[in-house]
Amino acid sequence: MFSSIAHNLHYKSLPLHSVPPPLYKYWKQIPRTFLVMGSAAGEFLRHVLPEKVGVSDHSAAGSELHVLAVDDSHVDRKVIERLLKISSCKVTAVESGTRALQFLGLDGEENSVGFDGLKVNLIMTDYSMPGMTGYELLKKIKESKAFRKIPVVIMSSENILTRIDRCLEEGAEEFIVKPVKLADVRRLRDFIMRGEEEGEENRKKGNHKRKLQDDYSISPPLSPAPSLDCEISSLLLPSSSSSSPECPSKRPRLWVED
Amino acid sequence: MDGVVQLQRQLLDYTTQLFQEGFLNDQFTQLQQLQDETNPDFVVEVVSLFFEDSERLLNELANTLDQQSIDFRKVDSHVHQLKGSSSSIGAQRVQNVCIAFRNFCDAQNTEGCLKCLQQVKNEYALVKNKLETLFQLEQQILAAGGSIPM
Repeated sequence: MFSSIAHNLHYKSLPLHSVPPPLYKYWKQIPRTFLVMGSAAGEFLRHVLPEKVGVSDHSAAGSELHVLAVDDSHVDRKVIERLLKISSCKVTAVESGTRALQFLGLDGEENSVGFDGLKVNLIMTDYSMPGMTGYELLKKIKESKAFRKIPVVIMSSENILTRIDRCLEEGAEEFIVKPVKLADVRRLRDFIMRGEEEGEENRKKGNHKRKLQDDYSISPPLSPAPSLDCEISSLLLPSSSSSSPECPSKRPRLWVED
Repeated sequence: MDGVVQLQRQLLDYTTQLFQEGFLNDQFTQLQQLQDETNPDFVVEVVSLFFEDSERLLNELANTLDQQSIDFRKVDSHVHQLKGSSSSIGAQRVQNVCIAFRNFCDAQNTEGCLKCLQQVKNEYALVKNKLETLFQLEQQILAAGGSIPM
């Protein structure tokens, strides 16, 4: 049904190095509808992505971010720890999903005042780990009332679209392809800090988050195909009433899976 | 200070050569940039971990491929880890062999795997030697009172 749109985009067949990396990493933050607009819009979209947002005075944001890093590789743990520390974050690095859950107090032990009271602002986890994968850890975190609001970022050396999609669907904030660079960590930190600041403001004002849609001032060039999901049509044409009465799925697939 | 300048030039030339010959890539430079006065041994520490990991994995690989009935998933898992850590420190040539190695695992090709094992052992030995030489040069510069050029 999306064949004409999907054909133009043919995301799956694009060699990944031709997809602008920052765009690719921020899939989660882009309403999926915008992905059908093709690479021409990609350039524009890069400019509205958080990496271009100037970061305000950090001291105003308060204390440092505390990041929980999960990776079974010694080498990678050491590197991510350094990347985070150099970016002024506090780090707790653990070697497995099980350890991560223990640290958070989610391992079944009836102790709600877990660890040492240090709030975790971000969880960065490797995808491929023995025992519990990063994906499984992500699910457990998102299922937990206490921790599901913590942003989770997945890191992986493998660029597999279905994997990325699955993680984003499950609620991952971002999917970073390894090796992780300093620029990645800085961008992540800035994005999280901004989220924390806004969270504070919103809590004070009692606002709901509509930032993502407000930020985009472009008018989409495509008109929705008749079979488009309600969610899409309302995003593309906020004031339009021409939408299909059927809303079969919450998150329509815009490209063909393997 | 002539001695120091000579050593520094030597280090720069040597490093450039390593990059040109494909032993190291930009990821190694990334690591060097993470080193500073508060963490003066960062690169050596990470590379040491890489050496430890690699040696362990190469042993495991030799064992796994030596079995009567080879568990290719296990082989693949080890190679995947080796690929990951070599990529994290920028050991390009080791990483490249790992990619080929994984393809042979997928195809369950024993001969291909054994060849790759030999190749990856060779590449690992080479890059280990090169990195140790590089670190020695750095130590010499520091001992002579100089600083490491970036």
